[in-house]
Amino acid sequence: MTFRKYLVLAGITVFSTAGDSLLARGMKELGNVNVSLHSLSALLLAILNPWVALGILFLLTFFACYISALSWADLTYVLPATSLGYVLIALIAHFGFHEVISTTRWLGITLIAAGVGFVAAGPSITSSHEHHNSRGAARDAISQEVEL
Amino acid sequence: MNEIYAWVAIALIILASTTGDVLLSYSMKRVGDVGELWKQSGVLAVLGRVLATPTFALGLMAMGVAFYSLLFGLSWGNLSLVVPASASLTFVANAVAARIFLHERVGRRRWIAALLVAAGVVLMAV
Repeated sequence: MTFRKYLVLAGITVFSTAGDSLLARGMKELGNVNVSLHSLSALLLAILNPWVALGILFLLTFFACYISALSWADLTYVLPATSLGYVLIALIAHFGFHEVISTTRWLGITLIAAGVGFVAAGPSITSSHEHHNSRGAARDAISQEVEL
Repeated sequence: MNEIYAWVAIALIILASTTGDVLLSYSMKRVGDVGELWKQSGVLAVLGRVLATPTFALGLMAMGVAFYSLLFGLSWGNLSLVVPASASLTFVANAVAARIFLHERVGRRRWIAALLVAAGVVLMAV
């Protein structure tokens, strides 16, 4: 794992969270849109809202980071990074906007952070049979150790 | 009755997004390290290789199904039920699917992590 790869993982967390938040803000501005064929045009026009447009741009960036990470790391390694966004939002709400966070939510934050820490401390790739390079053997040794 | 529909939608979301994640992961492993590919042959080569992988398109379609299932689920059930239930169960389903279909070695460390994250997601949404 290089510094660049950690940046890509951070990108997954930051861009998915920011993208979702921007979309939510934009959609709230637009008001209720019923999910039906009749309001399809309203949904298509939603991208004209600057918040929605920026949100989509961020989500596309998230997707690029996501598939890029999947090209060199296990799915079970990358996925926990996506949930770190929940933690990020809660921390921003608490320290940035001074919102009160319930004990249950703090417990949730702790569990997610612990889960991510658990995965991050282990090897990033174990499905080495698809790669036939020199690192394969080393990876096998590491992942064997983890499974024990 | 609405509750049954909500759970049907949740089951669909879990199935579709797990399928999508597995297909995307499988495709990207076949493409190889995109960072190195970019350095060697440029960004167009990366895009071309990704788009030329048939399972990638299938993965995108599965993600689309998951997204629309989420929309329908939200119209039948509460946000506080549908989102945490589908998100946390998808974590566990992905760990199982990654082990079976992607041959990832999901050892004790990753099982504990998947369960911790799934439980955490539920608590965050309560």
